[in-house]
Amino acid sequence: MKLHPMIAALRRHKAGVVLIALQIALTLAIVCNAIFIIGSRIERVNRPTGLDESNLFLVTQQWVGAPSADTADGVEKLDVMQREDLAALRNLPGVEAVAPTNSLPLLNSSWTGSVSLKPDTRPGDKSGTRTAYYFTDEQALSTMGLKLVAGRAFNAGDVRHQGFRDNPPRPALIVTKALADKLFPKGNAVGSVIYSDGSGAPSTIIGVVERLQIPATGSWGNNFTWYSTLVPTRLDANFTRYAVRTKPGQLDAVMRAVTPMLYKVDPMRVLDDDSVKSFADIRAKAYRADVGMAILMGVICLILIAVTAAGIVGLTSFWVGQRHRQIGVRRALGARKLDILHYFQLENLLIAGVGAVLGVLLAIGLNLWLITRYEMSHLPVLYVLVGTVAVLVLGQAAVFVPARRASNVSPVSATRAA
Amino acid sequence: MFAYYLDLGLRSLRRNPALTALMVLAIGFGVAASMITYSVFRAVSGNPIPDKSAQLFTPQIDAWGPQQNLKGEPAEALNYIDAMALLRAHEAKRQTLLYPVALSVLPGGNRELPVAVSGYAVGSDFFPMFEVPFRYGGAWRAQDDDARAADVVISDELNQKLFRGADSTGRTINLGGHDYRVVGVTNHWNPRPRFYDLFSTSGFADEPDFYLPYSRALDLRMRTNGSNSCRGKLAYTGWDDYLQSNCVWITAWVELDNAAAVARYHRFLEAYAADQQKAGRFAWPPNVRLRDVMQWLDHEHVVPPESRISLAVALGFFLICLINTVGLLLAKFLRRAGEIGVRRALGASRREIYTQYLIEAGTVGLAGGVLGLLLTAVGVAGVGILFPPQIAQLAQLDVSLVGLTLIVAIAATVCAAFYPSWRAAHVQPAWQLKSS
Repeated sequence: MKLHPMIAALRRHKAGVVLIALQIALTLAIVCNAIFIIGSRIERVNRPTGLDESNLFLVTQQWVGAPSADTADGVEKLDVMQREDLAALRNLPGVEAVAPTNSLPLLNSSWTGSVSLKPDTRPGDKSGTRTAYYFTDEQALSTMGLKLVAGRAFNAGDVRHQGFRDNPPRPALIVTKALADKLFPKGNAVGSVIYSDGSGAPSTIIGVVERLQIPATGSWGNNFTWYSTLVPTRLDANFTRYAVRTKPGQLDAVMRAVTPMLYKVDPMRVLDDDSVKSFADIRAKAYRADVGMAILMGVICLILIAVTAAGIVGLTSFWVGQRHRQIGVRRALGARKLDILHYFQLENLLIAGVGAVLGVLLAIGLNLWLITRYEMSHLPVLYVLVGTVAVLVLGQAAVFVPARRASNVSPVSATRAA
Repeated sequence: MFAYYLDLGLRSLRRNPALTALMVLAIGFGVAASMITYSVFRAVSGNPIPDKSAQLFTPQIDAWGPQQNLKGEPAEALNYIDAMALLRAHEAKRQTLLYPVALSVLPGGNRELPVAVSGYAVGSDFFPMFEVPFRYGGAWRAQDDDARAADVVISDELNQKLFRGADSTGRTINLGGHDYRVVGVTNHWNPRPRFYDLFSTSGFADEPDFYLPYSRALDLRMRTNGSNSCRGKLAYTGWDDYLQSNCVWITAWVELDNAAAVARYHRFLEAYAADQQKAGRFAWPPNVRLRDVMQWLDHEHVVPPESRISLAVALGFFLICLINTVGLLLAKFLRRAGEIGVRRALGASRREIYTQYLIEAGTVGLAGGVLGLLLTAVGVAGVGILFPPQIAQLAQLDVSLVGLTLIVAIAATVCAAFYPSWRAAHVQPAWQLKSS
């Protein structure tokens, strides 16, 4: 079939052609970018934190009328209270391990600093590597379910305690493999000395864990997402956090038992609805916006595709109605049903093709705009290719019903008045 | 004539239900998507204090230096030394420091367990500056700031919880183990975004429970319950060291009535930073900022990126729906070319044809708007999946949103109908009559 008569015919329907092409172009541009956003959000949500997330929950509580953490005496008293809590939690039936901690991955409450290979770095020295600290104790690895890949875990002798705002030396540290590889590319991290937060006091890396995400999920943490450091120190302040790992299947029971038990240890504290949170809840809260965005984009894509398909059906049906007589003439002159079907399919392919070319340009333009405004990455070519094929298939599918109707026009209609 | 055309329009809607349904659905979905995302966007990008936003300024002083500041910008809050210096200088008409604190309160009666409450340590100027409404009593006096008085202003909600809503001024409450005298009870006051504390909140949080004098809070060594950001070597131990450190955690606000006052205050900030440089505390030239409320909201990126992206996507979606509508209206109108021909032959002017079809499009728009309204109502209830609850609850279907939905739907459809109506009006009556 020659394209020339088809193009000549389309010239008679400029408005309709432009409308369909434009609609396909915009649909392609938006759907490509929307699916790309969905993909990157899903990828973000699905990355493992490094924790064993099942059977894990977090208790956050605040002391009432507790001694100040600004005096040495107060710190000691707070530490006694914290140790009482820890002992009570560890004795609770169904509990496997408990560790004090200042935060957990995805909790968005961070203590960040930097570690360096040099001591006494001056403020502003760029040689440091940013890291997020987890202040915890010897049960950290078993509680969080971290996998040790080199060196050893903390033991009771490593554990110290300090006031919340104090900055004593940190002789022993465990770092993530990502951080160890960044600091010691040769792989000799264990036993090596680093300096934290510009301090002059050495810290020895005693162990390396495979993976542990930082607490922050915001974009400001993107360049050190896997650079976590574990410090064997209990923080003493007017609040405490305890990570609790339960025996399999006992999470709910233990979570219910925790609040009354802690009140029994010491009633002068605040524990409210938010105080006992399973890790699944922490994860859901952290990624709420990402999941919501993915759902919104998905819904918009679906409706968009439906609207575009419906538009093609509508306009093509109109054309078929308009050309009723001409189709009859062609049929009378010997064109087969298949020829008529192909005519409309090819016509649609032509229009959709032009729309797709325009759409690819628009999609790339939209992506570039999103990059400048919202820290997005470049749209992979694969998305554009798949999107292009998809809109062409969509056009063909949409045009099929009216084209079939056109092919069923009887040759007799050529002889009748319109 | 309008009523007649409206009647014709409604009849025509019924003539080919499939085509009509398609248009109505397209407009309904398009307008609903735009309105849902717009309702959130409107809520988060609004001016929280419209009548004073141009008179309230937050000063920033770079105490970190070019190596450690935020890409040239000073820190988003002040350290203790600079904050106190600004307050003591008293260069503005009104000024306050503020930082969030969390305490526990012991409710009397049968509730034995303490409850957590959160609030702000502020100066007495805080209340007139931000136009905090009072139900009972009022702010503490300026001299109470200096006297480190154990005064407290509580929210209506906390007053309900503790005193069952009675006038509690003069009564005593126990916060964090210390007694405070209630001097005022606020009416519901929770400006959103919370422009005055963007350093520690994202701008959307529940109403604070109480406000107490910052001087008292500092006396009691209350830590900030919000953000704290430090630079360089952290070697401090204990409260006094912490106060002398470069850690920023205090937000300052000043009220300046006119441009001259703003310029004067800016010069004062520059001079203060220059003095610090001379004294050797800063090793860099003055780097200060003085932003008003709207500039501050913009600088702190209060509008969540999700909100902008979803609004942009929804508008693109609406555009496609409209293009779709143009195509379908074109098909619908030109299908009736014969009818138009007859009307034209019987003496209808082009203008009349034009009016008729625009009104017909208007009825489509109205139907689409009503559908859009229903979908918007459903969607507004469901924005909770996309935004955190504090933001989701801001999206409300109020009268203005209902009106806007209908107006946008009708206006957009009538605009979309300009070209199809123009084509319809230019149908040649002679051709139509001849061919049929």
